[in-house]
Amino acid sequence: MKVSFFSTCLGDQLYPEVAMSAVRVLERLGCEVDLPAAQVCCGQPALNSGYQDEARTVARRLIETFADAEHVVAPSGSCSGMIRHYFPQLFKHDAGLLREAESFASRVFELSQFLVRVLGIHQLDGSFPHKVTYHPSCHGARLLGIREEPLILLRAIRDLELVPLPKADDCCGFGGTFAIKLASISAAIVDEKVAHISETNAHYVVGTDLGCLMNITGRMQVKGLPVQGVHMAELLDRAMSKGAPA
Amino acid sequence: MSFGPTSALDTRTSVALRDDFLRSAVRFTVDKLRGSKAISTEALGSWEEWRDRGSAIRAHTIANLDHYLEQFSANATARGARVHFASDAEEARRIVVDVVRQRAARRVVKSKSMLSEEIGINEALEETGVDVVETDLGEWIVQLAHETPSHIILPAIHKQRSGIQALFEAEGHEKLSPETKVLAGYARRRLRQKFQQAEVGITGCNFAIAETGSVVLFTNEGNGRMVTTLPDTHIVLMGMERIVPTWSDLEVMANLLPRSATGQKLTTYLNILSGPKGELEVDGAGDVHIIIIDNGRSRLLGDRDFQDVLHCIRCGACLNVCPVYRHIGGHAYGSVYSGPIGAVLTPLLRPTAPAGELANASTLCGACYEACPVKIPLHDMLVQLRRKNVEQGHTAPAEKVAFQVYAAVFSTSWLFQLVGWIARWLQRLFLGNGTRRRWLTRWMGPLRGWTDYRALPPAAPRSLHALWKRRKAPAEGERS
Repeated sequence: MKVSFFSTCLGDQLYPEVAMSAVRVLERLGCEVDLPAAQVCCGQPALNSGYQDEARTVARRLIETFADAEHVVAPSGSCSGMIRHYFPQLFKHDAGLLREAESFASRVFELSQFLVRVLGIHQLDGSFPHKVTYHPSCHGARLLGIREEPLILLRAIRDLELVPLPKADDCCGFGGTFAIKLASISAAIVDEKVAHISETNAHYVVGTDLGCLMNITGRMQVKGLPVQGVHMAELLDRAMSKGAPA
Repeated sequence: MSFGPTSALDTRTSVALRDDFLRSAVRFTVDKLRGSKAISTEALGSWEEWRDRGSAIRAHTIANLDHYLEQFSANATARGARVHFASDAEEARRIVVDVVRQRAARRVVKSKSMLSEEIGINEALEETGVDVVETDLGEWIVQLAHETPSHIILPAIHKQRSGIQALFEAEGHEKLSPETKVLAGYARRRLRQKFQQAEVGITGCNFAIAETGSVVLFTNEGNGRMVTTLPDTHIVLMGMERIVPTWSDLEVMANLLPRSATGQKLTTYLNILSGPKGELEVDGAGDVHIIIIDNGRSRLLGDRDFQDVLHCIRCGACLNVCPVYRHIGGHAYGSVYSGPIGAVLTPLLRPTAPAGELANASTLCGACYEACPVKIPLHDMLVQLRRKNVEQGHTAPAEKVAFQVYAAVFSTSWLFQLVGWIARWLQRLFLGNGTRRRWLTRWMGPLRGWTDYRALPPAAPRSLHALWKRRKAPAEGERS
């Protein structure tokens, strides 16, 4: 299956190894992956700050970039949610652009969603001998309805001990520019998330969104906690490279 | 990006964040409510279908509000109630004050009503020398403390037992002990006197049934029943959007509201009042005034982005799941309505005030939408309110420039890669081994909100696009 990969701006600049992991996972599962060069960002920072014209400028470029792509996969529920949920709203006043936005939206998938719902993966050849807890990011869960997919993948990995995260569905406090504009509230929220993660005694907290992971791990680092933040793509990549036949 | 000076919201927030009692009380309360809601909705079954039904009823009603208001008004009038329309808070206050004056009333008792807080009725009556007493226990505590409710359903969750004891002692000039039984007993005794003395009772209106002109009140303490039966005059403060068309629609709401609000299968007291008491009836007010209040609501009719906020049934479920409300409580919002619904409703009802601050007080996590029994997309509305703030020029000029630069860079791949490359170069130059990072982040201004609390990840040595090029052409990649 042909997959056009949308790395997202964070994935491209701050976490290219995570993005590369996602590509390797897709390739191992038989996808032919390309990375359209003109892509940058979904425009969410501008939309969430109220700058809709600016968001549209960025969004239009992304729609053009992936105009011919059959399946677009992103290592982010938030960016996929932006495209699926908000792109049609952004272009509702222009019938032509709305059609393009809706077409694009229907072709975009978050990584775990794509693996489980499109590729139908329920079993994986991989091992990750660690205690792991999973934080479901809000946009993936609530805008896209991704609830079971990441858990199906995690349960498919050998030797992985999945421990439930208390109040897992609660937001981590990131919220894009919220984390900077109302930093003290954001910090109070992430502190509670981090406390719950610590309670699990997990070695790793896995997530499907780089923004949330950046927030959670950034706070855990400042607090000197030993838990590692890991993106689903990285975890799958590491597990599958171990699971490959010797 | 806080380019501006410290704001009122910032100040209120830092007060709230330092108040350990407040924060643990709010967390305890909302966790309890969330837990009981989960149990009661599961017991009902098909909760999502109930939500769909509730949403459809509210949408239909609001889309045909003029029709149903007329029907309600005609039926209520036919049953002997006097129906008034008030276009704003001032007119509503004037009507209430007039009715109270005509009755030559000196004492008014009230049951809990957020709308009465919205229009500031207590202050208006007190100015005319009338004694107004809140009879919902939480509301009474808040009234004695000269505060506003910190939660739509549970107004006094921010108060400690010792504080309540002090308030009651000051009110009654008698010494009390801090046991719940003693304090509740005192409230019961005092409020009983107030009920007996009052000439006028004021209530809100949870729902108004169009087909019979009935007013529906959901209460848990029984005080609503006292307020509507003991005084001879009953004034109903009704938001113009409170209508449900029929009794069977009310049944849906009677399932949705208590479960969403407190996790109760049914409210303890469900009062349905259809006009003044009849000739052979013993209980009830002889004189009923229903004041239908607009106060900014009709402006939202026909507004594609915001009309749905009129679907709200004031259950407070969005407060209980909101990560922001959870940590700062209700007062930090600085408005009568707090939490996600407050952040949306407050600026819409008062369009002259900038929505800015409250609309920003959200992570846009969508928990409010998920909790809402009538599926109001509050998270989308917050995004639209932020747009309005930008359009109306309520944001800092520097922010506008920043997002113009963002749009240019993030829509042009080569420029984005170039900026990334420069950032890496600067990072190597200034950070090297990272010892100067603290100084650098201080200097970085807008990013301080992040770095004050969290480590900032460094840019990776190469972008994915650069790695991709190497991957496709390894020989060439090794040379660069």
